[in-house]
Amino acid sequence: MAIKLSEIVKQKELLAGGHRMCAGCGAPIAVRQVLHAAPQDAQIVVSGATGCLAVSTAIYPYSAWQTSFIHSAFENASATISGIEAAYIALKKQGKIGKDFRFVVFGGDGGTYDIGFQALSGMLERGHRVLYVCYNNEAYMNTGTQRSGATPMGTWTTTSPYGKGSSGKTQNRKDLTAIAAAHNIPYVAQAAVHHWRDTVAKAQKAFAVDGPAFLNILAPCHRGWRYPMEKTIELSKMATEACIWPLYEVENGEWRLTGKVQNKQELRGYLKVQGRFSHLFKPENEGVIEQMQEFVDQQWEALLVRCGEK
Amino acid sequence: MTKVAAMVGTDAIAEAMRQINPDVVPAYPITPQTSIVETYAQMVADKLVDTEMINVESEHSALSAAIGAAAAGSRVMTATSSQGLALMWEMLYIASGLRLPIVMTNVNRALSAPVNIHCDHSDSMGARDAGWIQLYSEDAQEAYDNIIQAVRIAEHPDVLLPVMVLMDGFIISHSLGRVELLEDQPVKNFVGTIQPPYSLLDTKNPPSFGAFDGLHGYYFEVKRAQAQGMLNASAVIKKVGTEFAGISGRSYDFFETYRLEDAEYAIIALGSAAGTARTAVDELREQGERVGLLKLRMFRPFPAQELVDALSHIKAAAVLDRSDTLAGSIGGPVFVELRSAFYEAEKKPRLYNFIYGLGGRELDINMMKQTVETIQTGMSDGVVQSSVAYLGVRE
Repeated sequence: MAIKLSEIVKQKELLAGGHRMCAGCGAPIAVRQVLHAAPQDAQIVVSGATGCLAVSTAIYPYSAWQTSFIHSAFENASATISGIEAAYIALKKQGKIGKDFRFVVFGGDGGTYDIGFQALSGMLERGHRVLYVCYNNEAYMNTGTQRSGATPMGTWTTTSPYGKGSSGKTQNRKDLTAIAAAHNIPYVAQAAVHHWRDTVAKAQKAFAVDGPAFLNILAPCHRGWRYPMEKTIELSKMATEACIWPLYEVENGEWRLTGKVQNKQELRGYLKVQGRFSHLFKPENEGVIEQMQEFVDQQWEALLVRCGEK
Repeated sequence: MTKVAAMVGTDAIAEAMRQINPDVVPAYPITPQTSIVETYAQMVADKLVDTEMINVESEHSALSAAIGAAAAGSRVMTATSSQGLALMWEMLYIASGLRLPIVMTNVNRALSAPVNIHCDHSDSMGARDAGWIQLYSEDAQEAYDNIIQAVRIAEHPDVLLPVMVLMDGFIISHSLGRVELLEDQPVKNFVGTIQPPYSLLDTKNPPSFGAFDGLHGYYFEVKRAQAQGMLNASAVIKKVGTEFAGISGRSYDFFETYRLEDAEYAIIALGSAAGTARTAVDELREQGERVGLLKLRMFRPFPAQELVDALSHIKAAAVLDRSDTLAGSIGGPVFVELRSAFYEAEKKPRLYNFIYGLGGRELDINMMKQTVETIQTGMSDGVVQSSVAYLGVRE
């Protein structure tokens, strides 16, 4: 399906301007790309996990959501939308609702990788027709940059600080996209905000499947990553070029690379431009970058094999 | 026409749910509630109901899904016990704060630790300030009747609060009792169809639920409005309890009194203990003692003034609590609240608290009589040192 920017810009924005997310934030970009892929004749219900997005887009008595929206708690956006989807099925069967509805969750990485992990897994296993979108900025940004299960090794956060006995987060992140794929759901993909065409295409596929879909979208946060706010799109691009955030999809169990990397960049360049990694360039933290590079290379090679590229 | 059946409490609940036919039932199994979920799952499998049942992966998700489904304008019911209710704790407040009329059975069971599957009220009493209406049941019949009334109470536009129906674990849930079942149609007519004021599935005015209150927002006003809903609930509970007699012949009030009018001494109990107390009252009356019973059905909202009016002529009362506040020497929750209700009253009985039955410890008629003997002695010679005692504990 051809994706034309000239057509997309004519669509109504379902997340209205005037929301209170930071200028330069990656999350609302991800949201708008996903919602532009929604079937135009369908009504949307959004369930938001507690996080920057929920608290900045619906501040009583205002709401930036042109869709229906519910924020219930932090760890339960998946369970909440499961109930909504079940209500829709029940009321539709009784003839009380005629319209076609689609159900979307937006959760940050904290609400998805960590505290919302169980509810997400339950929702995927039960097969609700819901699109779960993780806007992934690799830490708890709403509470001021604490490490999460999505934070890469070596990252400075306020709860994985560097010091005499520490060079930042000591553990590698978990591979949540692969874990979601292991639920054998119809569609799983990893995306990034700089590649809008790729993200919109993936979201279109995710909306089209008759079952659960999971999108893990890299959405850089200049406050937590410590880079100039106008560089969000550039940072997103650099992450994919360094292969620390590869773009791929898993469609009915078939793994496919969607972002071919012509010239894989060294991780060092990507780290260098972010304040959260600045301590890694000090002599006392020598070797950490090499460890990180090794992990990225291993993961990348394994992905190439899974995607049939090797 | 009613049908009389021998039923365990969990089946009576499931039968009421079948007749109500809720749109969505998200549920997770836990002893002793499990039989409700199992029986209801079979009803769904046999197409006896139209319900979408969601077998969620935890009680936290059970209530979260219930919240989602209720916000989508559907009628929702669920059930739990003990640790399950404790795991729901966060969501209890969100359900009531979002004014969602969810109806939930809680089969009372002791809270860990140590782990114990038997009855006490520590689970629901722990949730007494969560903004849920609480209706306690003496037997399977009352549990059945309470569930049907709960739908009307919760969904009433002056109330819009979730309702918890309580039933003692095993003592009611797993014991065969006589239950008069109503025909399906009168129940369906009685509960009617849900008329939600807002729905996520509203295509014309898509709402936002659970918005952030900001820094100088309306949280206080929202909570004040919620408190008003709880205040309004009293009149609605009374009205629904009276109307229910129209289809069943059984009317319901905040509490029920038994031989209390001319009594000097009273036992105050909720749940299955009331049955034991009633027998003790009869036996003591035969011995010439002027003893009566007050069985509390509605704990939330707490009918403070009505209780004062009903008990002010009493010399002394034994207040039974099947949970402890563990707050030092102030006693169990029923005692604390009743004593507080009497603070302004000119005429008041001396109140004694008996904490009994924790973790399912047996309560028999002799123990019940012992409470009356203790308060009588305390009134005559003042030997009772403490107004809070543990009944039937191995010291």
